[in-house]
Amino acid sequence: MRSLKVVYSGFRMNLKMLGTSSFFLLTSVVQPVIFATIAFYMFRAGSRNGTLLYAALGAGMMGVWSTTLFGSGGMIQWQRWQGTLELGAAAPPAMALIYLPFSLANAFTGMYAMAATLVWGRLVFGIGLHLAHPWLFVLALPATVIALGLMGLVLASTFILYRHANALSNLLEYPVWIASGLVFSTSLLPVWTRPISWALPPYWGILAIRHAALGGGVWGPLAMVALLGVAALVISTLTFRWFEHAARARATLSLT
Amino acid sequence: MKTWFRVFFVGGAISFRALFAWIRPWVYIPTLCVGPTTQVLFFAFLGRTAHLEDDSWFVVGNAVQSASLAALFGMGFAIDGERWMQTLSAVLATPANRSALFLGRTLPVLLNASVSAGTGFVGGALFLGFRPPLSALPGLAFLVVLGAFACTGLGMLSAAVGLRMRDVPIIANLTMAVLLIFCGVNVPLDKLPQWMHVAAEGLPLTHAIAAARRVADGASLSSVSTSVAVEAALGLAYLAAGFVLLRVFEEQGRRTGSLERA
Repeated sequence: MRSLKVVYSGFRMNLKMLGTSSFFLLTSVVQPVIFATIAFYMFRAGSRNGTLLYAALGAGMMGVWSTTLFGSGGMIQWQRWQGTLELGAAAPPAMALIYLPFSLANAFTGMYAMAATLVWGRLVFGIGLHLAHPWLFVLALPATVIALGLMGLVLASTFILYRHANALSNLLEYPVWIASGLVFSTSLLPVWTRPISWALPPYWGILAIRHAALGGGVWGPLAMVALLGVAALVISTLTFRWFEHAARARATLSLT
Repeated sequence: MKTWFRVFFVGGAISFRALFAWIRPWVYIPTLCVGPTTQVLFFAFLGRTAHLEDDSWFVVGNAVQSASLAALFGMGFAIDGERWMQTLSAVLATPANRSALFLGRTLPVLLNASVSAGTGFVGGALFLGFRPPLSALPGLAFLVVLGAFACTGLGMLSAAVGLRMRDVPIIANLTMAVLLIFCGVNVPLDKLPQWMHVAAEGLPLTHAIAAARRVADGASLSSVSTSVAVEAALGLAYLAAGFVLLRVFEEQGRRTGSLERA
């Protein structure tokens, strides 16, 4: 019960903080719309109008990933700058539990991206929003967002030791978009990249969302999303404990 | 004149080095050396899916466009960084010639942006088999520098705006997005709405990218001289506008005591 309270309070507080950040507004709303616009024009120019909903969903997921990535990348660093990281580390609950709601809030903010690209696509490009399995879509989207939030928690834990978090964030944005096949099929990629794609929650997440919207099997990809989400939670619990201990031992926790 | 050159070269170099006091190699390499390649790959694969153009078309467009990241952020932070480090007032209190002071900051940024864009071409060659004729390489290198120059001019303008709006990363990100959509980087200009096509004519990179694509296809540099001239003129115009705006906002900042207000 106490853990749920920690998650709820942290989630609410971080959501409020993100709501005041113009950078997050840019990442979660403006940037996905920009990428969606480019994708729409590219598909139209290539006479592939039928794939515009496919592009809108992919661009939305790109925004979810960017928000999670930059949110998780910045989460530990911002706490450092604000001088609250030590308080988080010293609090009685496990550090992973303290930062879990922050990561979930980051990913939740990413859902704005999906809404923004779908609304933009509908209003400007006249894309029809006829979902093949609307209820499964409603299930697949939050499940994917939660899994991405948990993946973000793993990333955030590494940033306790790795202080140049923004660099890793910049490095991982396009590669995960590519490896997850968010706006194109991963069959275009070399075969050796397949295991990388399979290990990424966004890969299964976009499959689940796409199949729910356009038709196809949803439960298989959704099960993989859940499995990878649980795996990320377990890994992040361990890595948070490990990296926190290492940072305490080296006295580098608050070094900027 | 000797002082002007000293402020231009030494001042610019020190300012750029100061940038790397906090942008360390661990930030520089992923962002400016790996980033352009991943951008090239992403849009080349998207282009294949859209059945639009071949890979080399996307390699050239995105590699040249990637100069905008280093140019816009580099120029923005060259000014905004001074404010965060609380050295802006000290810099502006000096009697140093303003053209040497501000323009000196553009040279390292321009070189850096060119190198960053160059890595996009290397990535395209390594992963997508981009192979322009060897004779095209000097021309391509020149056009990359030209595009980076025009972007640096635009960066100067956005840095000046940053003196008033304060949020340099937002300005730089939005400007980059505009360049990515409008300049024919990933969508041929004639496939964009007419108003976007018209707007693109007045933006940096549009002409450099168009010229670079022709040169990569084997055309000579002299055959794209009109595009070269327009791109250079645009770069100069943005640079001049940025410089004038910096002076205006500097003056306003002194008068209203708002220079250090972050």
